[in-house]
Amino acid sequence: MAISQTSAQPLASTADIAVSVRNISKKYNQTEALRDLSLDFPKGELTSLLGPSGCGKTTLLKIIAGLLDANSGTVQVGGQTISGPGPDRAFVFQDFALMPWANVIRNVAFGLELRGIAKSEREAIAEKYIASVGLTGFEKSFPHELSGGMRQRVGLARALSVDAQVLLLDEPFSAVDEQTRRKFQEDLLSLVQNENKTFIFVTHSIEEAVYVSDQIAILLPRPSRVSEIIRPSSFRGKSVDNIRRDPEYLDIVDQIWASLRSYVE
Amino acid sequence: MFIFGYKLPAMSSLILWALLWEVIGRLELTFFMPAFSTVIATLIELVQTKVFQKALSETAYAFSVGVGASILIGIPTGILMGKSRLLDEMLLPWVNIFISAPLSALVPVLMVLFGFGTKTIIITTALFAVWIIILNARAGVMQINRSLVEMARSFGAGPFTAFYKIYFWAALPEILGGVRIGVIRAVKGVIIGQLLVSIVGFGALFELYSSNFLMAHFWAILLVLFALAFAIAEFLSFLERKVAFYATKR
Repeated sequence: MAISQTSAQPLASTADIAVSVRNISKKYNQTEALRDLSLDFPKGELTSLLGPSGCGKTTLLKIIAGLLDANSGTVQVGGQTISGPGPDRAFVFQDFALMPWANVIRNVAFGLELRGIAKSEREAIAEKYIASVGLTGFEKSFPHELSGGMRQRVGLARALSVDAQVLLLDEPFSAVDEQTRRKFQEDLLSLVQNENKTFIFVTHSIEEAVYVSDQIAILLPRPSRVSEIIRPSSFRGKSVDNIRRDPEYLDIVDQIWASLRSYVE
Repeated sequence: MFIFGYKLPAMSSLILWALLWEVIGRLELTFFMPAFSTVIATLIELVQTKVFQKALSETAYAFSVGVGASILIGIPTGILMGKSRLLDEMLLPWVNIFISAPLSALVPVLMVLFGFGTKTIIITTALFAVWIIILNARAGVMQINRSLVEMARSFGAGPFTAFYKIYFWAALPEILGGVRIGVIRAVKGVIIGQLLVSIVGFGALFELYSSNFLMAHFWAILLVLFALAFAIAEFLSFLERKVAFYATKR
């Protein structure tokens, strides 16, 4: 089992931690969702939160986003304890959360609009990110005219355009088809490499988590806690075409399945 | 509809009904029904009179103030009720009582409270319109996609910004539906109010014409009112269709 529990790669020092979650507990009425959970998210890396359904991974992500309040514990982003949503974090939603009455460019610029940036300026920024997610020509389209994959590109462009240090992605690819999803995963890898941002990525797909992550936190449910942290080492530098054939990739996928199997009904 | 390969314009069946009216009127079966052409002739005469124009402007004034007030009060109240559980629990019973209540029975009370004038009519109009506007705005807000609200919050929107940038727009199809029905009810409200107060606007004219058996005048006024109410309702459903593109895709 010790194949990639990379003690060989020591965890980065505190200066390199973008988001730090300390002793978080969360209860919904009587149900304990998270208990005393602590986790660090290294700067410039993609960390996946992976676990069976109901393990509180989305709850944890929303606490980091400041959308939910924890019952106890603290979340620090860039060394500052957070008390709500902030400009240092941007969220990508599972169901895209686009405004159906607004066209693509207004949706992408919405985060900037809320910050009071002038229209011409925010549209210039939005256009740049629309181009970077490959939606040039669709600026004036409305969400209902786009496919699921294109809608999530809009959601991604919106999150990128506010230039937050931390990107929170809540199962962003689960509502798009398999082929689009693979393309997204490849794009996400180059995004992590080029953007120097910290990504926190919630998924229920083991393969997806292993494919895109620098660090995988396995959460086990009832109540949720971090059961192990896996840092793949050998295939991260390889080209996207070779990852799925890498022995370490296959081993980690098997290892995670072995530890999650008993929690799946 | 097509006849002999020609496409008939919308509502051309009305011509047939007008012809039937004309025939019944010409037969002089009852004084109650003058011929359609007589009614139209009276109408054209009538709309040029001072009396009519005064009645029209009084009615339009009471109607627009009443509708304006019920929109301005109804939409925010409905949105707030949809957002706040406490407010909803407190207000919903009242809204449900008033939406089904026979409001005409309240008008005499209003007359005592607010006098025999425009004020009473405005309040009657608003009372007819406001409840359905509240209920629809509330329903619109309650079906809002939660993640849209979370999205606005996560990008830094405060409660007020979220209110007019997200809640209002997300509930707009329902709100407009409520306004359309509310406006139709307001037409009833303004006329019922005027009839009961009976010294203002079209109410006074109705009273005058029917008690003097001026049936052509009576029908002419009625036609004007029907046409106005219909035109307003059509205009609002035109607005509703403009937001329909996203109503089904939220």
